[in-house]
Amino acid sequence: MKYVSLVWSNLRRKRLRTGLTVLSIFIAFVLFGLLCTIKEAFTAGVTLAGADRLISRHKVSLIMTLPESYARRMARIPGVASAVHLTWFNGIYQDEPKNFFGSFPVSDPTAYFDLYPEFLLPTEQEEAWLKTRTGAVVGRSLADRFHWKIGDRVPLKSPIWPRAAEEAWEFDIVGIFDGANRATDTSGFYFRYDYFDEARANGKGQVGWFVVRADDPDRADEIARAVDAEFANSPYETKTEPEGAFAQGFVQQIGDIGAILMAILSAVFFTILLIAGNTMAQAVRERTMELGLLKALGFTNGLVLALVLAESCLIATAGGFAGLAVAWLATVGGSPIPSVLPVFFLPAKYVAMGAVLVFALGVVTGILPALEAMRLRIATALRRQG
Amino acid sequence: MHSSVETLVHVENVEKTFRRGSEEIHVLSEMNLEVPTGEFLALMGPSGSGKTTLLNLIGGLDRPTRGSVTIAGDRIDKLPDRQLAAWRARHVGLVFQFYNLLPVLSAERNVELPLLLTHLSKAERREHVKTALDVVGLSHRTRHFPRTLSGGEQQRVGIARAIVTDPTLLLCDEPTGDLDRRSGDEILGLLQALNREHGKTIVMVTHDPHASARATRTLYLDKGRFSAEKPE
Ligand SMILES: Nc1ncnc2c1ncn2[C@@H]1O[C@H](COP(=O)(O)OP(=O)(O)OP(=O)(O)O)[C@@H](O)[C@H]1O
Ligand SMILES: [Mg+2]
Repeated sequence: MKYVSLVWSNLRRKRLRTGLTVLSIFIAFVLFGLLCTIKEAFTAGVTLAGADRLISRHKVSLIMTLPESYARRMARIPGVASAVHLTWFNGIYQDEPKNFFGSFPVSDPTAYFDLYPEFLLPTEQEEAWLKTRTGAVVGRSLADRFHWKIGDRVPLKSPIWPRAAEEAWEFDIVGIFDGANRATDTSGFYFRYDYFDEARANGKGQVGWFVVRADDPDRADEIARAVDAEFANSPYETKTEPEGAFAQGFVQQIGDIGAILMAILSAVFFTILLIAGNTMAQAVRERTMELGLLKALGFTNGLVLALVLAESCLIATAGGFAGLAVAWLATVGGSPIPSVLPVFFLPAKYVAMGAVLVFALGVVTGILPALEAMRLRIATALRRQG
Repeated sequence: MHSSVETLVHVENVEKTFRRGSEEIHVLSEMNLEVPTGEFLALMGPSGSGKTTLLNLIGGLDRPTRGSVTIAGDRIDKLPDRQLAAWRARHVGLVFQFYNLLPVLSAERNVELPLLLTHLSKAERREHVKTALDVVGLSHRTRHFPRTLSGGEQQRVGIARAIVTDPTLLLCDEPTGDLDRRSGDEILGLLQALNREHGKTIVMVTHDPHASARATRTLYLDKGRFSAEKPE
């Protein structure tokens, strides 16, 4: 502990140089935090998919519809515990295209919330939904976005599904569900299929896709094949796959986000390594006499090594942890674009990874100069003077 | 050991050779020296005669190529690196021509440096530092940084740092070499007082006859050997 102020004094020797190095590390870690958040936002659906959930959709394309009656036929297939269908509604609030979010009519509210245990809906709200034909249940982040409360009446327009009576669709908010954890997407808007099907102008009986629950997750692939076999050679053939693969397909349309982010981060950290490494190399070289003196006074080689390493680690932690903190603060307020990236936060695992990176950076940039300082011969170091 | 009780420094048949590439430089040969406890020894000689090298061997800053260096009964040339470092911290005080203070530390923190290696508490360290700065007459300048002090004052800080651990042996390499006559005399007076009043054994390298006049004995070094007379 008594050596800390010695390390600290050395850092203050070239304040500008130390400051700029800390700043560049700071920026690198802000970037690290934000890019990890973005990567997580894009892949949240993939990693959180329940292992027992299968998505069954039209074989040709996701935008083509399937008959509603498939739900009953699917439920009869051995290994299928339940099948719920959803339809892409594309509801828009207040005629404002940017007021867009995922909105879906759901065939069986109770079965749907059983399928998604990560959606936490109070029982009395679920019961209210079963009693209210125009009832809708929304996620917490969506409710917060538009300041909706239970009891609010919300009009939505859908460019895909006009209402037979032409005026806007009207929904009564009867429930708000929370996510079981921060990675849960709570930006969805769910309402009753019976209300939807009766009131829509066209396409009655046609639905978007089915969420099928396998009673044994280990047999998910087998059950998916059984579902597709059931509807083979019909006018509406299906393509059934685990939810994770379904979400993965979504993400891959945007490109391999992870690889791009990794490339950017690698470039950033390589640069930082050079900057911080150079700072430490200079710091040791211009201090040859002083390091020789410390050894002459009786500081052991190990202690001198530790002092130099402590210095580089202090630089790395000052910049690194400040950067991680700022990245965390920037994301804690939620998504800047909730309609595109509903799940937006810096997961703890990346904070931990960042912390490990901070120390790795400190050690890697300090180790060569520290070894140089350790190997310094006293008599030679003290001669370099005057 | 065969050194008598009063002999503090015992250098026996020491040879020191530096290797520069393929070339061997013989700096010290057949060096024998005994320094009794309480002596103030001056080492003189032309530049390059090996004075600093000898001082480094006595202070355990370097090791002889051949021969033995025994200080207060300890064969320091045989000590492993870690133990040698600990030995230096406990037994040797060093004073340099260019003071060798750390520019980023205040006077008192420079003086405190050797105490960091001890088990003393912060309060005890502060007490020792204060005493050392009192001895060198700098108690009013404790918070000053080296660049704001005169050469003479910086050397006082250097001496305070050398004596703060109360070492067995004080080694000074041209302590007045960078000072004007007046400051130099003050420093020499201080060393003399440390020798006489505090009983410190001092080995001092110097080019200055004024300085060697303060010592109790003067030895002349020439081309790595002692010569009986002052060389011309
Ligand atoms: N580490 C080293 N490597 C090679 N040669 C060295 C080394 N240290 C000292 N020497 C050589 O040893 C000789 C004696 O050096 P030393 O420093 O002991 O002389 P000195 O008597 O102290 O001289 P000065 O009065 O100039 O300080 C010189 O020729 C010097 O070049
Ligand atoms: Mg010399």
